[in-house]
Amino acid sequence: MRGLANSAIEKALARGATYADARVMDIRHRDVSTKNGQVGRAAEAESLGIGLRVIAHGAWGFASTDRLSRQGIEACAAEAVAIAKASAMAKRHDVVLAPEQSYIDTWQNPFIKDPFRIPIETQIAVLLRADAEMRKVKGVTLAEGSMSFRKIEQLFVSSIGSVIHQVKMQSGAGIVATSFAGEEIQKRSYPNSFGGQHMLRGYELIEELDLVGHAPRVAEECVALHSAAPCPEGQRTIILDSSQLGLQIHESIGHPIELDRVLGMEANFAGMSFLTLDKLNSLRYGSDIVNVVADARLAHGPGLGTFGYDDEGVPAQCTPIISDGLFTGYLTNRETAAAIGQSRSNGTMRTESWNRLPIIRMTNISILPGDRKFDDLIASTDDGIYMETNRSWSIDDRRYHFQFSTEIGWEIKNGKRGRMIKTPSYSGITTEFWNSCDAICSRDYWTLWGTPNCGKGQPMQTMGTGHGASPARFRNVKVGIALSK
Amino acid sequence: MAKQSKTRTGKRASAKTPRRGHAVAMEHRLGPAELRRIAEKIFKLSEADETEVDVSAVTSALTRFANNTIHQNVAEQGLTISVRAVVDGRTARASTNKTDDESLRRVTAAALDLARVQPRNPELLPMLGQQKLTKVDRFVTQTAAATPADRARAVTSVCHMADKNKQTTAGIFSTGLAEIALANSRGLFEYYDDTRAEFSVTILEKDSSGWAKATSSRVNDIDPEALARRASEKSVASRAPREIPAARYTTILEPAAVLDLVGFLFYDFAATCVADQRSCFTGRMGRKLFGDNISIWDDVYHPLQLGPPFDGEGVPRKKVALVERGVPANLVYSRASATKTNAKPTGHGFSLPSEDGEAPFNLVFAGGNTSTEEMIRSTERGLLITRLWYIREVDPYQKILTGMTRDGTFLVENGRVTGAVRNFRFNQSIIEMLSNVEMLGPAVRASGEESFDMVVPAMKIRDFHFSEVTKF
Repeated sequence: MRGLANSAIEKALARGATYADARVMDIRHRDVSTKNGQVGRAAEAESLGIGLRVIAHGAWGFASTDRLSRQGIEACAAEAVAIAKASAMAKRHDVVLAPEQSYIDTWQNPFIKDPFRIPIETQIAVLLRADAEMRKVKGVTLAEGSMSFRKIEQLFVSSIGSVIHQVKMQSGAGIVATSFAGEEIQKRSYPNSFGGQHMLRGYELIEELDLVGHAPRVAEECVALHSAAPCPEGQRTIILDSSQLGLQIHESIGHPIELDRVLGMEANFAGMSFLTLDKLNSLRYGSDIVNVVADARLAHGPGLGTFGYDDEGVPAQCTPIISDGLFTGYLTNRETAAAIGQSRSNGTMRTESWNRLPIIRMTNISILPGDRKFDDLIASTDDGIYMETNRSWSIDDRRYHFQFSTEIGWEIKNGKRGRMIKTPSYSGITTEFWNSCDAICSRDYWTLWGTPNCGKGQPMQTMGTGHGASPARFRNVKVGIALSK
Repeated sequence: MAKQSKTRTGKRASAKTPRRGHAVAMEHRLGPAELRRIAEKIFKLSEADETEVDVSAVTSALTRFANNTIHQNVAEQGLTISVRAVVDGRTARASTNKTDDESLRRVTAAALDLARVQPRNPELLPMLGQQKLTKVDRFVTQTAAATPADRARAVTSVCHMADKNKQTTAGIFSTGLAEIALANSRGLFEYYDDTRAEFSVTILEKDSSGWAKATSSRVNDIDPEALARRASEKSVASRAPREIPAARYTTILEPAAVLDLVGFLFYDFAATCVADQRSCFTGRMGRKLFGDNISIWDDVYHPLQLGPPFDGEGVPRKKVALVERGVPANLVYSRASATKTNAKPTGHGFSLPSEDGEAPFNLVFAGGNTSTEEMIRSTERGLLITRLWYIREVDPYQKILTGMTRDGTFLVENGRVTGAVRNFRFNQSIIEMLSNVEMLGPAVRASGEESFDMVVPAMKIRDFHFSEVTKF
């Protein structure tokens, strides 16, 4: 790997690049799924290649290839430099990077059980057992389960002298029960929707999830939703479970703090951000109890945004994003940090694969725990709705206005959890919502959720991000508008 | 101008425009003979009862601009070899992008090893033999031969236009080629290649924006400056947006906005989706669901469509009438779903193994003959929508979608556009929407960001449901 990367850097410099970095990535996948008692997918895949990013004539170029011969590397380097020179035709100023040291290091996330050493038939058997448990419940019309595993080995080499070897092992799994009755399709997922829970861990995560043990409850709740009450319309107190709060953080904090978005670089596709530069250290983003960090360090937990170094060779860091309600930090890279006069990148450049350019991505964007017990939160709520597990999500292209719905809700009356509510939804304006937060549960209820499917960039890149959250309460939130007439 | 080597680029390489250089996609084209050679290597290595090989090669480049400058400029080239093994009624798949002999041996063995430990699938069908395909020609040499400098020149021109207009622009210009070959040990070999060019542009001002986009297999069909002018005019027209209340409005959706909504229907037309009872057509086939003016086909052979004329198992694609005058009439089938329901496969199956079955990817809507200008003239009070954003499904059976308007939302009063309005959130049933279509424009190849490209018309829709307003 190292010889290839060094060679790419040397060839690029020889062709006129003033800076170059290369990522050789060897990615292995395993995906298994079941549906109604049968195996759906059983597939393994591997992908090895190199991506080379250069600055030449003061502008960026990037090329990638899976032809790892001497000629292939040389052609890739030539292409990257030729592209940079073409970029220079429309440049307004030379690219400037915030300074960074060089590092020679290795990093690997800890795990106990290598999921690729667990026989695939064992994994299928777990899913089929959970599937059978779900289909035992009358009214379940579709039972699905999935597991996915990724091993990403990568070597980063740069012309400033960094040589960084990292290995990331990622595991994830989830089950879903669906029920069609009358004119309604209801769905219940565990431990989260859209693929379940994903972390930088080994197969021990899957064992801890106990998919089979949770399958009957998931199925029963799914069927019961048909006879649940509809979500009322109006202003209500809501309590979000930690997985839904994780997605709320992702959409209404994680994306707007991306500095490339703020500076207009994503304007054509992913959009921009309401967090213009004047708002740094002045905007009251949330109430005083809201504290949010972007933390890629292992100390934060084995999330999908955890690493040793980002994909331009900057060490993992913890950046305060919201401090006692005040907006205090963006996600930056070396170029955007320099653009706004910051002395250093906070290390958020990430790439999906060897054939994609690293771009600013969320790491682990987490709300820090509060001090409340969950039961106390319910007991101190007179009239509200507790909402669990995301069902749909949408937010405008500047990240002001959002609407979410969840799979299930529970009415709260006079401090007690009451009847079930189907397809609960809520909507609002980002800063108004976060300023309405008046209680956050403690570390005992805090989970570092993985969102494996975050899309950004052109060409589109899918990235895993982490979001730690514990259940939290929000006052005076608009509910029920998603299904209003 | 040098000619391309025949062995690398095949017959089309002798066409007029190819240029040499590592940054030209054409240089990386492998051709059917090379893909067949890889497949045959796998067949020799395989010990499975049956073996299928899917080889795909992609070479593409994308020039990305923002703030009136190129800020990202990338190229990729890659090959994927995917092997499906069948042994004793069991099947599984393994893939690699490594082409050395050892890696090919390993991926072939991996597919077989994975298959051996699967439960037996009594519904698994034997692989197909050679099929007769209808030829489509979607490879355009000029597109494959585009250089970074070609893209940069076009982008520079758009950036200069924005500078001149005191506007800010962002967007992409991409070109590339894709090849796929599907072969199996029963003698099937199918090959398809195409080229793709895409230009998407957003023009921004202090409180407004406009957008335009086009895709084609022919780079020469794309006029970046014309698209940028359109986005620029929309940005000017959408200055100083005022807030009007969310409500049900008569709404004129431009084709890109129609596309991104109706694209959410595509999997509902899959026989497997209906059998799984998660389609909005479950229990509704053959019943009037939409207006008389709604007819939908899946037609890979339509001149404005792209894509291979065969499916994941090699079945030739058929043109399928999905909705006829408002009535859901037919579904698409893989071989497996057709067998289960006594239907005929339509050539829409996914590569196996797949729990999802099949889907139509070449939707074509019947158009009308009303121009967008006529739709505006006929509207007493309503909205004109350029583009939608972040669309998600709220209710899968009533097909209620939520999302936002973006980059050009206008108020229409007394037959003319009277100004811009702040962007809305909508919560709208697609079933209801397609029952309320008052006028249709000509069907065009449309491109958005939420769905794959389709052939759809602009639509004037009665009582489109906007539920909330955002801040800009």
